[in-house]
Amino acid sequence: MSEAKRRVFVVDDDPDFRLQQRLQLESAGYDVVEASSLKEARKLLPSTDFDVALVDLMMEDTDAGFALCRDIKAKSESIPVILVTAVASETGLDFSVTSKDERAWVRADVLLDKPVRFEQLLREMNRLLKD
Amino acid sequence: METLRLLVCDDELGMRMGVSRALRDFRVDIPEVAGEVNFEVVGAETGEQALKMIEEQPPHILLLDHKLPGMSGLDVLDEIVNKPLDMMTVMITAYASIETAVRATKQGAYDFLPKPFTPAELKATVAKAAKHLMISRQARKLAEEKRRVRFDFIRVVAHELKSPINAIEGYLQVIKAGTVKDPAMIDQIIDRCLLRIGGMRKMINDLLDLTRIESGQKPRDVREVDVVAIARTAIESIYPDAESRDITVNLEAPDALPMQADASEIEIIFNNLLTNAVKYNRDGGRVDIVVRGSDGEVSITVSDTGIGMSEEEVARLFNDFVRIKNERTQGILGSGLGLSILKKLSLLYNGEVRVKSKPDEGTTFRVILRETSAAQGVEEAGRPEPGTEPAPQT
Repeated sequence: MSEAKRRVFVVDDDPDFRLQQRLQLESAGYDVVEASSLKEARKLLPSTDFDVALVDLMMEDTDAGFALCRDIKAKSESIPVILVTAVASETGLDFSVTSKDERAWVRADVLLDKPVRFEQLLREMNRLLKD
Repeated sequence: METLRLLVCDDELGMRMGVSRALRDFRVDIPEVAGEVNFEVVGAETGEQALKMIEEQPPHILLLDHKLPGMSGLDVLDEIVNKPLDMMTVMITAYASIETAVRATKQGAYDFLPKPFTPAELKATVAKAAKHLMISRQARKLAEEKRRVRFDFIRVVAHELKSPINAIEGYLQVIKAGTVKDPAMIDQIIDRCLLRIGGMRKMINDLLDLTRIESGQKPRDVREVDVVAIARTAIESIYPDAESRDITVNLEAPDALPMQADASEIEIIFNNLLTNAVKYNRDGGRVDIVVRGSDGEVSITVSDTGIGMSEEEVARLFNDFVRIKNERTQGILGSGLGLSILKKLSLLYNGEVRVKSKPDEGTTFRVILRETSAAQGVEEAGRPEPGTEPAPQT
């Protein structure tokens, strides 16, 4: 008997990124729910259950991802959130989530740079889901 | 008012005091650069002392006697020539020989003041040095600003090209990993890749257009062109995209409308307007194009029945790389350069671009072009604005 599939909430305004994550995650045995903006994600949030979230930082606003991380943690502190960004290397916007203090304001558990390597994403997800 | 520090290095006390007295209430007006400047005079008895003072607090102007008890004025020049100082040196010498002058100039002296000199001669020389100093300072500041704008531009271009590359690379990796077996999905992936490649090509072409307009290097080919004929060609080229989404395109124009213009520029204007009107339209929508001309003025109006924009969004519209990001525009690809090109081109024709838009109802762009001499237009559009610097030429 297989256990229930884990569900990933993928939020990104880039349709190509969403499709790629969906294809890879589904083939790795995950269920995927998508949202294409902070607004759409907020609409889905109350009625959607998921085990881990993959959130893009820059959507409608440059810091939309931060806001969504907070909302997800407010829904359930125990849901792990992976924040994905292409900005860190280019804008010099420098932040990390390695210390407890940093995680207190960036409410994400892991930070990944775009382009995201899928093996790394899987590794982080497995680790977060085990905890 | 800025106070410039002037160091006079002369072993004669009378000379140091004389300079100090002459410049006490002296002011130089440097309009447009610094306004008025005045001078604070300090003195050094020997070259060695002058070097020490330069080390501690570099003056803006150095009046340097050649014949000094220890090291000579030329020796002092030797010491400071390679230092990155924001300083003008004026050599003072009783032996105003050509050889000394040539050597001093080679070593970085800016000017010469032969002894004996009158207070008026001193003032004239100091004023000249001060002006040169302030103007070169200003030039450096502008060059620095230009460099910064260029770097910003390159950074944004790099980012805009990276996102399609990331997308295409991601798809290729999905296929390589054997994740996708369904031929229909593979087809969809290939279509997405082709679309993103098309987007990159469009961006590169837009960048080339922008560089061409801003560099003013390629001569403009201004002659009589038929604006309506160019409009018809542009309509033909967007027709496949419009038809596939069931969008009707209407043209209201005279049979022909001659204008003194560069045909390729008018083509870019129509292409940008029409591509946007189709891209941001709704399926089954309409594009209405009205071309009119009178008294050397041509007006091109393009209205769509598309997603429209808020006032805030309209205000940001003409900057380089601005793409309005919201739920309605996601999935629509663009370089973010089209409208900034449109605006620059309209300036070449002493013209303007007006926008009226309502969210979910549509947008109307009206471009006004005025017949003008080519030279006048180039000067107008070639003026650098912050954030609109073209890619570097070197």
